[in-house]
Amino acid sequence: MADVLTFTDRGIYCAAGDFYVDPWKSVDRALITHGHADHARWGMGSYLATEQAAPVMRMRLGDIQLDTIRYGEVRQIGSASVSFHPAGHVPGSAQIRIDVGGEVWVVSGDYKVVSDGLSEPFEPVKCHAFISECTFGLPVFTWDSPKDVAAKLNTWWAIAAAEGKTAIVGAYSLGKAQRILSSCDPSIGPILTHAAIENTNEVLRGQGYSLPDTVRVTAETDRKAYRGALVVAPPSALGSAWARKFGATTTAFASGWMALRGVRRRRAADRGFVMSDHADWPGLNSAIAETGAERIFVTHGYTSVFRKWLESQGYDAKIVETDYDGESLDATDTSTEDAA
Amino acid sequence: MKRFASLFTQVDQTTKTLPKVAALKSYFEEAPEEDRLWCIAIFSGRRPKRTLTTPFLRGWAAEKAGIPLWLFEEAYPVVGDLAETIALVLPPATRDSDQSLTHWINVIRTLPTLEEEERKATVLDAWDQLDPIERFIFNKLLTGGWRVGVSQKLMTRALAQATGQDEAVITHKLMGNWTPDTTTYQQLIEADDPTADLSRPYPFYLAYQLEDGPEALGTPSEWRAERKWDGIRGQLIVRGGEHHLWSRGEDLMTDRFPEFTVTPDFLPDGTVIDGEVLAWADGAPLSFNALQKRIGRKTVPKKLLAEAPVILKSYDLLEFDGEDWRDRPFDERRARLEALVHELPSEVPVKLSPLVAFETWDALTTEREKSRDLNAEGVMLKRGDSPYLSGRKKGDWWKWKVDPLVIDAVMIYAQAGHGRRANLFTDFTFAVWNGNDLVPFTKAYSGLTDAEFREITSWVRKNTQQRFGPVRQVTPHHVFEIAFEGIQESPRHKSGVALRFPRMSRWRKDKPLQEANTLDDLNDMLRIYG
Repeated sequence: MADVLTFTDRGIYCAAGDFYVDPWKSVDRALITHGHADHARWGMGSYLATEQAAPVMRMRLGDIQLDTIRYGEVRQIGSASVSFHPAGHVPGSAQIRIDVGGEVWVVSGDYKVVSDGLSEPFEPVKCHAFISECTFGLPVFTWDSPKDVAAKLNTWWAIAAAEGKTAIVGAYSLGKAQRILSSCDPSIGPILTHAAIENTNEVLRGQGYSLPDTVRVTAETDRKAYRGALVVAPPSALGSAWARKFGATTTAFASGWMALRGVRRRRAADRGFVMSDHADWPGLNSAIAETGAERIFVTHGYTSVFRKWLESQGYDAKIVETDYDGESLDATDTSTEDAA
Repeated sequence: MKRFASLFTQVDQTTKTLPKVAALKSYFEEAPEEDRLWCIAIFSGRRPKRTLTTPFLRGWAAEKAGIPLWLFEEAYPVVGDLAETIALVLPPATRDSDQSLTHWINVIRTLPTLEEEERKATVLDAWDQLDPIERFIFNKLLTGGWRVGVSQKLMTRALAQATGQDEAVITHKLMGNWTPDTTTYQQLIEADDPTADLSRPYPFYLAYQLEDGPEALGTPSEWRAERKWDGIRGQLIVRGGEHHLWSRGEDLMTDRFPEFTVTPDFLPDGTVIDGEVLAWADGAPLSFNALQKRIGRKTVPKKLLAEAPVILKSYDLLEFDGEDWRDRPFDERRARLEALVHELPSEVPVKLSPLVAFETWDALTTEREKSRDLNAEGVMLKRGDSPYLSGRKKGDWWKWKVDPLVIDAVMIYAQAGHGRRANLFTDFTFAVWNGNDLVPFTKAYSGLTDAEFREITSWVRKNTQQRFGPVRQVTPHHVFEIAFEGIQESPRHKSGVALRFPRMSRWRKDKPLQEANTLDDLNDMLRIYG
């Protein structure tokens, strides 16, 4: 059977349908797994994404030619039939299933298998070849249940509130921020958001995603009037002049990297919550097993180690060079917005 | 263990002093006394001895986790800590237990008496009933290298608060060569007389570096100056007809320096002298290298004793006639010390560190400039009426070191650090030009800010030319100013020189690669300062 996809310097290419998936250079036709900046880039001739992913993409990329598709709907593009399936990564994120003459390949984009209560839950898709990320593809990464993480977050916030401090948590504006909002207990106090996050919140609320009430922080906001509030801001805002205007604060950062004590201690934040929108080690392994695929292509993350592991488990595994960032470790340090 | 794990979590989660002290204080008020004693021992560097080698632990952990050993070894450098790597890969515990800290330490201490199969069973059984943080602590106790953000100073403060005693008294009580086997919490902390143990040293008084000139210190006549010797700080105790020599790091060095066995014959009982242990010959200090050969050895061969004999350059008297003299003014202690040392026959290796006379600060500045020629690091300034305090305190004592030597060098290799510095490139090798070649001459690990380490790390990732295991050869591009305290000939190094205390003092982003210093420059420095 011929390969359904090839890996080019523009992105993942399907010759049968003459389209690319999540290309990083300008192409005519792009199928997009989700709206993060390293997957949905500016400058494509046309875009196809899920109905749920489209509004945020429009907000971020402006006036683009964007066609949408429902989860599970099959569309014929050239001689390829294509469908999108939930990836559980962020609201609207999808794995893309591509069937050419009965040979099925799936590009998973970024994914996590545990439900976060907001994103459409991950759905295993049977295939012959699976293109997987492995951002956290080492056996030291095992996430606590979302319930436990939420409990830690709320305890931290409640203690800060009791001490009269403002709790500021750094989170990417699409995905992590909303996950924090849906994990926190609004009875503890008011919730404030940075404009970069509130813009995304408004779009998602408009689509019907359920988020607690939040107050947008503007230049006019009297920040000291919200003692005991939870503030959700992009990581770059932590430690900035913007954050200092809140007076007495305690800070936290939410990322899968916080599982490592060294990274946690290196960060300037007071607390680190282990919260990731990427699959952990057990998640990657179970997701791959459930596809039934024999061929696995690993894109970003601990690719060489993970490929070797998959081979030892009997898979035909290869590394694919891409321009995807995953949840970058640098970002937890240098606060690059939106790498995940 | 749950109580200790919770203490650990509390101090590990914050970088602020107050909550750390508060958490320790409540631990010292609430934990069983045995556990308190072990907690004090752990945070004062008296961990139980390592009873297992790490290859066993790695193998057992990988097996229990159901992963191949190579995969475990790949994950280890990412985590940067073996105890943590093990704690993270293990499957969740199947049971829950709450044995005391002391219980688990005793389990660890019995391991050497067991057969290998029993050892393995014991460790696996422990892992199977501890939660991830408890496991991490257990593994830390197994593997050693315990670095928590709790200094002995913080712990002492918490103990002082918990027991209502003075901090200096607690500091004194914690000194010496006690272990949890030789004492109890009651004896160590609650009992009254800290000198009950004849070997117990006094806490050292440590000086801060004088950042600007001495002018701000006021009138020169109120101050005394000495050379700052480059040796090992030592406290010589003569009590009960025996002698003990302590290092500042609370190492008992008595056996390493047999020169001092004669001291009980000449110094009166109840004498404690503070000074610097120096390798010394013909009335002048030998290089630190000579002393270095003596430091690592528990017993000393005759040849080395003859090559690098040591003396104690004395500069303070802490106890005389069995009486604590630390509250008396420096001038009085000094006068008594001088009288004491002058009476000693010349074969006793206890000498006086002479005062450096000066009338004006300018005169002292001139004296300080002679330091390198005298094999000294600079001058010490002590206020004439000052008591002998404990620990690092500002005000009465200052060290005024000579400015370091500097050289501009090119970074050629980088290696990631461990622990807090895992995933960050922090260990670098530097080179100087020799014609068109770059000759490596030193490594350096410190001196950059966290932000600079992050910046250079991301640069190293993008500019790696070749990998040799954990070491990456990088494109020669960045020039750093390397500061160091001394330079010596070294046949072991390619460049032929070895530096003392090298560190990165400045990132010379302004300096093009070609303008870094040369091997000739380095050799010139060797001629002048070596």
